[in-house]
Formats: sequence, structure tokens, C-alpha cells
Amino acid sequence: MIGVLGAIGDAIKTEVLFHLGPLPVTETVVVTWGIMAAMVILSILATRGLKLRPGPLQNFMEMVVEWIEDQVRDVINDDPTPYIPLIGTLFLYIICANLAPTFVPLVKSPTADISTTAGLALLVFISVPFFGIRSRGLLGYLKTYFQPVFIMLPFNIISELSRTLALAVRLFGNIMSGQLIVAVILAVAPLVMAPVLAVPVQLLGLLTGTIQALVFAVLTIVYIGGAVESRKKRIRKGGQT
Amino acid sequence: MDSTTSSTILQAVSIATAGLAVGMGAIGPALGEGRAVSSALDAIARQPDMAGILQRNMFVGLAMIESTAIYALVVALILIFGNPLISV
Repeated sequence: MIGVLGAIGDAIKTEVLFHLGPLPVTETVVVTWGIMAAMVILSILATRGLKLRPGPLQNFMEMVVEWIEDQVRDVINDDPTPYIPLIGTLFLYIICANLAPTFVPLVKSPTADISTTAGLALLVFISVPFFGIRSRGLLGYLKTYFQPVFIMLPFNIISELSRTLALAVRLFGNIMSGQLIVAVILAVAPLVMAPVLAVPVQLLGLLTGTIQALVFAVLTIVYIGGAVESRKKRIRKGGQT
Repeated sequence: MDSTTSSTILQAVSIATAGLAVGMGAIGPALGEGRAVSSALDAIARQPDMAGILQRNMFVGLAMIESTAIYALVVALILIFGNPLISV
């Protein structure tokens, strides 16, 4: 019984690895920086010496970037270039973070920590008005809060806050519960049976992790797409395309 | 009743309520998501060309439906880990 409770506690709380002056550095931070370093190095390797006839690595990277561009273009109906850095980074970071514990043993996923997911959701929360104001102007963006009628103002504000909370807790809940189930199985099951039971759950975690990364990215696109002006409307108003 | 007993009762009730909150809060979204996915699969079977758009809209819709279950999860997590009534 105590073993099970200990396993659950280990899966939920984040371990402080060392202190940097007064700042405690948790496992989440270390793994996040590791993922960041890996992604930066891979990106530098892929974009160094770009060729018209690409090698395998450049080809793969182009495929990923074009896929993200297609997703954004389909929802926003506009040139996706301004949104690619944010959405692409969110998607690639979350998918790496979700799949890290499956491929690298003894590493805990940073997205199983509510601090990480809350930070990502706050990023979306701030970037929606940023893109909205850039596209419509300050007054034009504030006007969207009064749509369709002015009575909707409190509901629009509440929905903006609650969807941020849902964005954070959805990712955290899905990834944390996946790790929790593996931890409980490893604590409860007899030694021989543990891999038999834990491996299918890990495989399910691969699926959940990919889908949750996609859901996070698609929801970010939809929220930003709701805030910015569509290209058609801008042409009708006689602005530049 | 001294404060230790009442705190223990409060803890026990909180844990039971947390389980109930997630369990009952999951019923509605589960039924809703089942309906949503079945209609989306129906539509994809009819028009496989539209599979990409349908799939993306299905994911967005599922995320919206899921939100209610997530609010139940938040309530349960608050009851267990951050209960304002229990002073540890």
C-alpha cells in the first residue's frame, strides 16, 4: 500500500534536482532545457547549407514545416507566415515533451507538470490579443468582445479565461494521468508481469501525447484565427492584401 | 467534536467527493464525445476527400466537449491537493 502511495507521489510531484543560488531547479526545467537544446541543434544542423535538392534531414524538416503551414492556412485563410514561429514552436515542443519519457528512460515529461502547461497556456492567452490588435487595431480588437451584442461582454471575457484554464489542465491531465497509470502498474504488478502491463499503456501514451500536441496547436490556431481579421474582409475594405 | 476529528471527516468527505466529481463529470462528456466521433466517422465514410477538415474540426469539437470533464478534474484536484477548508 505504501509503495503504491509513494509511486503516486513520485509521479505527481516534481523533484528539485539542485539549487542555482536561491532558485530551486526542478527536473521539469532540466528536461525542458534538454529538449530545447536538442531541437535547436537539430534545427541548426538541418538549415546549415540548404540545398535546392534537399537531403533526408532537410526534406523531413521541410515536410514538417509545410504541414504546419497547411494547418494554419486552412483555419486562418490567410498567409500563415506570421503565426508559424509561435504555433510551430508550441507544437514541436509539446510533442517532444510528451514523447520524451517513452524514448528516453527515467525522464519525466515536462508537460506532466502543471507549471509548464500553465506557462504555455498563458503564452496563448497573451498572443491572442497580440495578433488580434496587430490585425484589427486596438479599437477593432476590443470591438470583438462586444460581438454579437454588447450583453455578451462578460461571457466573452469568462470564455477567454476558462479556455486558457482548460488548455492548461487538458494537457497536464492527459500526460500526468498516463505517467500515473504506468507508475501505479509498476508498483502494484509482480515483477514479471509489470512490462506486459506497462508497455501497452506506454504505447497508448504515444497516441495520447501526439493527439494532445495536435489539439493544443489546433486550438491555438483557432483562437488566434478568431481574433484576427480574415483576408477576404480586408480586401473588401480596400486594404493591402 | 474536537478539531482533529472534524478535519479527518472533512478529508474523508473531500476524497469521496473528488472521486464522485470526476466519475459523474465524465459521464456527460463521454456520451457527447461518442456521438461526436460517430457522426464524424459517418461523414468521413461518406466523403473521404473531406477527411482532413472533418478530422480537425472533430478534434476542436472534442476539446470543447472535454472542457466540462476537465473542470470536474480541476475541482477534484483542488479538493484533494488544495482544499481551502483543510489546514494541514
